[in-house]
Amino acid sequence: MTLTFVDWIVMLVYFAFVMGIGLLLKRRVNTSADFFLAGRAIPAWVCGLAFLSANLGAQEVIGMAASGAKYGIATSHFYWIGAIPAMVFVGLFMMPFYYGSRARSVPEYLRLRFDEKTRGLNAISFATMTVLSSGISMYAMARLIQTLHIFDAPFERLSLSPEWIFHVSIILSAVVVLGYILLGGLSSAIYNEVLQFFLIVAGFLPLVWLGLKNVGGWHGLSQQLPGGYTHSWSGMGSAFTNRLGVEWFGLVMGLGFVLSFGYWCTDFLVVQRAMAADSMTAARRTPLIAAIPKMFFPFLVVFPGLIAIALPTQVTPSTAMRTASLRPATVVGEGLIPPKIEARTGLPILDNNGKPVLDYDLAVPNMLLHYFPTGVLGLGLTALLASFMSGMAGNVTAFNTVWTYDIYQSYIKPNAKDAHYLAMGRWATFVGIALSVAAAYAAAHFNNIMDMLQLVFAFVNAPVFATFLLGMFWKRASGHGAFGGLLAGTGSAALHHGLTLPTGATPGIKGAWLGSVLHLYPSEMAQNFWTAIWAWSICFVVTIAISLLTHPREEKELVGLVYSLTERPRDEHLPWHQRPIALGVAVLVLTVTLNLLFW
Amino acid sequence: MRLDVRLPIGALFTVLGVVLATFGVTSDKAIYARSLGININLAWGLVMLGFGLIMLILSRCALADGDPRTPTRDRWLEEKAKTLHLGKGM
Repeated sequence: MTLTFVDWIVMLVYFAFVMGIGLLLKRRVNTSADFFLAGRAIPAWVCGLAFLSANLGAQEVIGMAASGAKYGIATSHFYWIGAIPAMVFVGLFMMPFYYGSRARSVPEYLRLRFDEKTRGLNAISFATMTVLSSGISMYAMARLIQTLHIFDAPFERLSLSPEWIFHVSIILSAVVVLGYILLGGLSSAIYNEVLQFFLIVAGFLPLVWLGLKNVGGWHGLSQQLPGGYTHSWSGMGSAFTNRLGVEWFGLVMGLGFVLSFGYWCTDFLVVQRAMAADSMTAARRTPLIAAIPKMFFPFLVVFPGLIAIALPTQVTPSTAMRTASLRPATVVGEGLIPPKIEARTGLPILDNNGKPVLDYDLAVPNMLLHYFPTGVLGLGLTALLASFMSGMAGNVTAFNTVWTYDIYQSYIKPNAKDAHYLAMGRWATFVGIALSVAAAYAAAHFNNIMDMLQLVFAFVNAPVFATFLLGMFWKRASGHGAFGGLLAGTGSAALHHGLTLPTGATPGIKGAWLGSVLHLYPSEMAQNFWTAIWAWSICFVVTIAISLLTHPREEKELVGLVYSLTERPRDEHLPWHQRPIALGVAVLVLTVTLNLLFW
Repeated sequence: MRLDVRLPIGALFTVLGVVLATFGVTSDKAIYARSLGININLAWGLVMLGFGLIMLILSRCALADGDPRTPTRDRWLEEKAKTLHLGKGM
């Protein structure tokens, strides 16, 4: 790939703006609340776009296009089932407790509602997870820069060894993210997330437009794809009649309820954006505002994958891979998707049936190279880099807050001056990014360790929503109940995973590591969803059982923390179109319409 | 007074729009074979420029109005007060 000066100008202009925002906001950061909570002074629409954008990391942009190429339009279930209902729920029903309790973080809410040990468990696992995901984001970005040969030409001109490209990519991204968070804290991260949101739309919209024009619109696209690709619901009756390999119940309960509510309603990474809002109404509208662009995101990120697979197969894929010359001419990909190449041998990886395994993650990069001439190509790549950075920055800002408020202030040094915690927050940013870099290198060297850690966190996360649901809506739920429920839920997730296996997988990291296979799932996705369903149900039941056996907290301590003891937020003074409930209903109606259109 | 996020968005899109559109006018037409013969740099550059200018105008307007929407730190307290006294007020 050859980039020309105009591509570099586009990239440099963007990075100059990113840093400029940090510098502009620097003067406004005086207290720890400014740094960690953006002074609780951000308007709703800005928080809403940041809420959306914090989640719009690389996994989203690259991964959803990859899933689009692999599963078809059914990928939009990750939005329409797997995000929107939860976003509406958190806005309408949970935000009053998060925002109204004045908790500064999600773990702090758990401390107020339950007890210290429940908070500790949540804070520590969350902090570790953010650092890990930010590291994985960093690693994926460095790999992409390598694969696309973005830095090859400048490196050659400076006569540097191309082996350094990976290291330089990691350090550059670390320095940029560190720079703007250190300067402006959460406000800076939020403002940049909004900028990134618009940039990602600007970079991907022309791609989808050109692609759709090329294949003859939606009509032409659906004619060139096999039937299963263009329907989201028909075929969901059984796991064997749709491309996802999961039936509707597992999808709705596992993805739509447990995983989606567990993420959107309890993950501090996104909830932090709403907590920065300037008023209760704004905090409640934040996820609802985010839901509107969110429901249309499949058109932006899933369609490139669909178009990539629908195009005529390229014998020489457009990513100029070093290994291209080594690849036997007989092994081709599908559409723009090349076969996956074994890094060491340079040969395509074949599955059990001897067919090449496709490298779906290259759907978006190859689409960019296929349709974009120099100029707009720089914009597309900048959008891609922006999405990586926004994912990283989101994790780092959540990490520094949880570390400083929930771990450092709670267990290490309470009662210090505010300036001390502000300084600690800056240090935590630095350490968080250093740990991310370490995680990125760990991912590069020990692929299995990262897979294993992610699996462990999936176990920890799966039951969390049961704890919050009971905590917010059942005043009898006790701290011992919550803690015991979380442990039992995590344990049962591990147990379920250890005793089941997706079809075609070998026992090990994919499951059945306890020796026997009690149940064979039709796909890995089905196994994941059912692991989550198990974990949630066990946590729910165990929390109730232990709560009934232990003492509840006194009701007067729970005012503002539990639904039945909290005054409903009043919005009668607002015109109807500004009321959260009206917005929530509108969002749900639109989502149902989209589902029917792509049935 | 806090930074209005529309200002940097508007400025970024205006600058990028001008860069792309200018490049689109001066560039060799042969490079647009891959974008189906459409001068995507010029077309998309103009769209971005338009969006950038709208954002800049909006942020200027807000400034001229004295921006009633500019949030203040006390907004939470105000609202809290409003909800508490709502029973009497309505």
